Amino acid sequence: MPKPFKPSVKLNDNDVTNESVYMNRRSLLKSMGFVGASALLAKSANAAGWFWGDDEEKSPFQSKPLSFTQPPKFQISETRTPENKVTTYNNFYEFGTSKDAPAKNATAFQTNPWTLKVDGLVNKPLTLDYDALTSRFPLEERIYRLRCVEAWSMVVPWVGFELASLIKQADPMMSAKYVAFETLYDSDQMPGQRSRFMGGGIDYPYVEGLRLDEAMHPLTMMAVGLYGKTLPPQNGAPIRLVVPWKYGFKSIKSVVRIRLTDKEPPTTWNRLASNEYGFYANVNPNVSHPRWSQASERRITTGGLLARNRIETQMFNGYTEVAPMYEGMNLSRYY
Amino acid sequence: MPLRKKPFRLSIWQRRTLKAIIHGAASGYLFWLFYAGVNDLLGPDPVEVLINETGIWAIHILLFTLALSPLAKWLPSPEPMQFRRMVGVYSFVYAFAHLFTYVFFELQLDMALVLSEIVSRPYIVVGMIALILLLALTATSFKRIQRKMGKRWQSLHNTVYLILPLALLHFSWSQKTFWQEPVWYWLIGLIVLSPRVKMWMVKRQRNRKRKTKPQLA
Repeated sequence: MPKPFKPSVKLNDNDVTNESVYMNRRSLLKSMGFVGASALLAKSANAAGWFWGDDEEKSPFQSKPLSFTQPPKFQISETRTPENKVTTYNNFYEFGTSKDAPAKNATAFQTNPWTLKVDGLVNKPLTLDYDALTSRFPLEERIYRLRCVEAWSMVVPWVGFELASLIKQADPMMSAKYVAFETLYDSDQMPGQRSRFMGGGIDYPYVEGLRLDEAMHPLTMMAVGLYGKTLPPQNGAPIRLVVPWKYGFKSIKSVVRIRLTDKEPPTTWNRLASNEYGFYANVNPNVSHPRWSQASERRITTGGLLARNRIETQMFNGYTEVAPMYEGMNLSRYY
Repeated sequence: MPLRKKPFRLSIWQRRTLKAIIHGAASGYLFWLFYAGVNDLLGPDPVEVLINETGIWAIHILLFTLALSPLAKWLPSPEPMQFRRMVGVYSFVYAFAHLFTYVFFELQLDMALVLSEIVSRPYIVVGMIALILLLALTATSFKRIQRKMGKRWQSLHNTVYLILPLALLHFSWSQKTFWQEPVWYWLIGLIVLSPRVKMWMVKRQRNRKRKTKPQLA
């Protein structure tokens, strides 16, 4: 007969480390003045890297709660896409081309320290560090529709600030006409930038652009969070653009540089297939993608196959207040 | 080079068991996919998962079907040929489930949209041609029809060598960039077809010789 197992150490409920303490164990170590000790630990972990390297070196990403206001103007009544869908269904080719790849491959993505530079044709170039991203501007929650060029859509409660307030601080010159954005290039952390197959063969870093008036529009925001917490890496941590009347690929993720220019900047998808993706990329049900119709979309909320979630796509994704910016423009030519 | 001298054979029970396993796995997986889809167990977007899985398994099974006759020669064994029709028909079943998902769950029976998309989007046209050919092969897969059709049966069923590149083109074209999964499938497709390409070359050379000889004489 096998001997019954007797643990040599007996632990009760009150021996369990409080979760919040456990989650903050690294900062705790530091705050206790054990910097030297933790440095020693880190070294020994490196030496044994082949054995348990993963556990020790990459601390999984944790979202932190944010404080923000909820202006009633942006609290729309449409059903929100559940948080677990928003954070597991992503296009972020830096972490793989399938929808579930970013959530799996970006868990150890380091966003602190971070620097976001604002430069180019501005009088006061500026740099935001990690803490400034969430503290320099008052944050507000805005519930926006997100329409992907692939004809699916979500409703997401973003937390962030208007891009206009950031640009104003940099004091743009009169000659500035466009704004160019750039994602982090760090092939150590972003496997899609290392491998053609993983990153879909895109030229990295990912770049995007807006006309200055589009960037200054009050709807255009820089998001630092969703569902009340800091952004998970797969959604573009620590800071991303959100332009709700344009297809999702315009809303560039994990931004490190915002540059004001006098020429229309190159944009990643336009460079790759200019017949399919234009510079403007305004949501427009009347202009189809060469390979599929944009007249309707599938709204991802809850429910299985039988959920009838195909709805008509609205001009400018329903944000018709932006229409005056494009008056007189042929939107089938400038798609 | 054959693997062994003596042809490899299965007993009737072994063959039946193997067939039952293939039936169970192929129809079971398809059934499970739809069941999980209806009950929202397929992640954030069940429609996308269902479209991708049915499409990619139609291609997997098609590649497997095409690998059976080279396998029979290489073993050597008559057994793989006993499975070819059954496996081939499953390729059609999955491809049909793929179209079904697209029409019922992706476009949700907006028939005007279904028609305009099928006619006007080149990558869907290519996929449809492959599916219609697969349907023709499935419809003529009964022994009785095969006998009735005689020689024409083989020429019709040779279109399987067209179906594979059409299906792969459809797959590649559906992606947003070139350097993705389909590239591997093209490579595997080339490997599976390579014994045939060799055979065709030899045949062509022989035909040429036959044509040129009488002229010399």
